[in-house]
Amino acid sequence: MNIVVCVKQIPDPADPGALDPETKTLKRDVKLILDESDSYGVEMALQLRDEAGEGEVRLVSMAPNNETSGLRTALAMGADSAVLVSDEALAGSDALSTAKVLAAAIDRSEPTLILTATESSDGYTGTVPVQIAEILDLPSITFAKEISVNGETVSVKRQTEEGYDEVECPLPCVVSVTAGVVEPRYPSFKGIMAAKNKPVEELDLTALGIEKGTVGWAGARQEISEIAEAPAREAGEIIVDEGDAHERIMAFLDELKVL
Amino acid sequence: MSISTIWIYGEATNGSVSTTTLELITGARQLADTVEVIVHGDASALASQLGEYGAAGVKSIGDLGNALPGPQVASAIAGAIAEGNGPSAVLCATTYDGRDVAGRLSAKIDTPVITNVVELKLEGDRLLGVEPVFGGATNVTTGFTGSSAAIFLVRPKSFEADPSGGAAASVGDMQVGDTGNTNTSVVKDRFVEETTGPKLDEAAIVVSGGRGLGESEKYEMIENLAKLLKGAPGASRAVVDSGWVPYSYQVGQTGKVVKPTVYLACGISGATQHLVGMKGSANIIAINKDEEAPIFGVADLGIVGDVHKVLPQLISALEARG
Repeated sequence: MNIVVCVKQIPDPADPGALDPETKTLKRDVKLILDESDSYGVEMALQLRDEAGEGEVRLVSMAPNNETSGLRTALAMGADSAVLVSDEALAGSDALSTAKVLAAAIDRSEPTLILTATESSDGYTGTVPVQIAEILDLPSITFAKEISVNGETVSVKRQTEEGYDEVECPLPCVVSVTAGVVEPRYPSFKGIMAAKNKPVEELDLTALGIEKGTVGWAGARQEISEIAEAPAREAGEIIVDEGDAHERIMAFLDELKVL
Repeated sequence: MSISTIWIYGEATNGSVSTTTLELITGARQLADTVEVIVHGDASALASQLGEYGAAGVKSIGDLGNALPGPQVASAIAGAIAEGNGPSAVLCATTYDGRDVAGRLSAKIDTPVITNVVELKLEGDRLLGVEPVFGGATNVTTGFTGSSAAIFLVRPKSFEADPSGGAAASVGDMQVGDTGNTNTSVVKDRFVEETTGPKLDEAAIVVSGGRGLGESEKYEMIENLAKLLKGAPGASRAVVDSGWVPYSYQVGQTGKVVKPTVYLACGISGATQHLVGMKGSANIIAINKDEEAPIFGVADLGIVGDVHKVLPQLISALEARG
């Protein structure tokens, strides 16, 4: 079973960065890491591959530069190979352009199953998984808690407001994996060493047959009209607990008449 | 100043329209001459409720059977747009199914989606979406440059559902076009997880736990406290990602937006990701060991202290009240 996992390399969320006042997008001059949201899809793919006892887990990613450090993390976890679509013209791509590029790269791998996160930790549009599915004319199941593959079918427990739905779908299809549903493995030392030699194929837009003018800044069909500071909340009372903080909280709740 | 028509993807369960759909109608009716709601299943059962909130029409794409809504709803809307009968803008709520519809429609009509919208504005005859970034400290307003129908994914609780007292919406139907291979996901069974107490996004009091709890067993304190306060337990992303509680507990950018009367943040540092989901609460109480924690920047009452000391004492005090 060949599984493609879409992964994104993002600036470290612990260092969230700032908007570039000129281009009005996130500044990208910091080191990129594997989006933690994607580690759950990678882990799920590794488990499905190992249960099947055959097949490959291939990562598909895109970046305006040839950054691979995040991909190496996922390869060190156990993914077999990676495809990085890297092209300067990709800078400024919106979610739909991203989906077009990823879909073209995924299509070349002819996967049985395509896994994604439900959304990235930096852009969090949450639309890329279904956009990829629609572009590739595939069914999709979003917000998976559990995935099992039985022959030509995938069964997914899909999150709902009230609990979950048991959803089935013929392969190939796109499934987005909810964060926290599996425990992503830590790369072992052996894994980290092996990752250095795993194949990372780099493609540009020309190789995928995508016109540069249709993605990135050139292909953008949205424009930011305003960036403004949001009204801040007024500062409240801060106290240091001296063993009686609970009494202060009780008094606060009493004042609000919510008890 | 208004645009001509807004379509809303309408969600309903058991013949009752969801609150998020009613919120969208309330927001849209001030921006467009005509608001119409696209649903599946029996539209006539929903017509009076939708009309009461300001929808002029409701159109059903028919019965979904056991399929997921995304492919068929997107196909029907895209079909209408292709025939020149589409709206100026399509609104979907940021829900499980709303995102599926918006994403599929986006690819079908080759138009990007403006996402995480918390406010809609008019600029001439163009609709703009406002998205909070950096934990809600900055608002970014975005519009479409092209002439095609605009698609917006709007976060729940961006508008307050408020009836306008309108007459029942007129009922119509819509054709689903060719869905190719996309419409093959089938819901085999639905499981409702038993919960006691109010829902997280409807509760008057929300008690959330974060990484400061230290270990998953300690989350029990959050559940106890929520129960004693007749509120709902919530969690930060760190706690959900660690698998202590399910995703449905998550408050924040990647989870739910809550606006309770009281939000009690326990051992939560206040990452921007979390603040977006709760800073609209009427009153915020925060307990955290680190006096530098950003959560104190939004707290009305901030306790610099150890949750492992303060929470047991608070629980005892509430129990003593009975």
